[in-house]
Amino acid sequence: MAQDLFLICVSGTREKLQMAAMVASVAAASGTRVTVFFSMNALAYFVKGDTTQAPAEGRFGELMEKTKGIPPFRQLFKLAAELGDARLLPCSMALDLLQIEDSALEPELGPPTGLTLFLSDAEGGQLLSF
Amino acid sequence: MSESKVIDARDTFCPGPLMELITYMKQANVGDTLELLSTDKGTASDVPEWINKVGHEMISSEKIDEVWHIKVRKAK
Repeated sequence: MAQDLFLICVSGTREKLQMAAMVASVAAASGTRVTVFFSMNALAYFVKGDTTQAPAEGRFGELMEKTKGIPPFRQLFKLAAELGDARLLPCSMALDLLQIEDSALEPELGPPTGLTLFLSDAEGGQLLSF
Repeated sequence: MSESKVIDARDTFCPGPLMELITYMKQANVGDTLELLSTDKGTASDVPEWINKVGHEMISSEKIDEVWHIKVRKAK
């Protein structure tokens, strides 16, 4: 059994969200237990109905904007949850600061989660941050 | 009665083709054959790796006119 995988997403840039979504979806669909913790600039993209385009960080992100056929990061995170049971958890601190109710988030997101609980769950697993 | 389905994932980038295959694999019955069409080079190595990891069956993989045709069978 693969080691459990924990991702922390804080960046709101296109490249980092895309890479995190790729890792989450492929790992989850391959049988790895995946948990993603969204905080800081990464969280607001998951408010219901939000279609904000994530800004490019560099040339690669600009290229991605112009290229057709790249699966959008929101869709990949959703697939991670639907096909691989990935847990997508909003940071409770970020929700408070942004004044967003958890009911306003996309349904694939789980309950508001504090850092202490997340870190406790992540103990012994592999943790990546984006 | 097992069925055969073609999944056209041409002109999508990683991990689009793999995720499309996985989506259809979930809906398929054991014994069904799926043929994935992809123009993404990484798919040719990623799909066999995924099939092997999760325990399905690779039937064939060939490149015809810049398109990979990857046939797999749902094994469980």
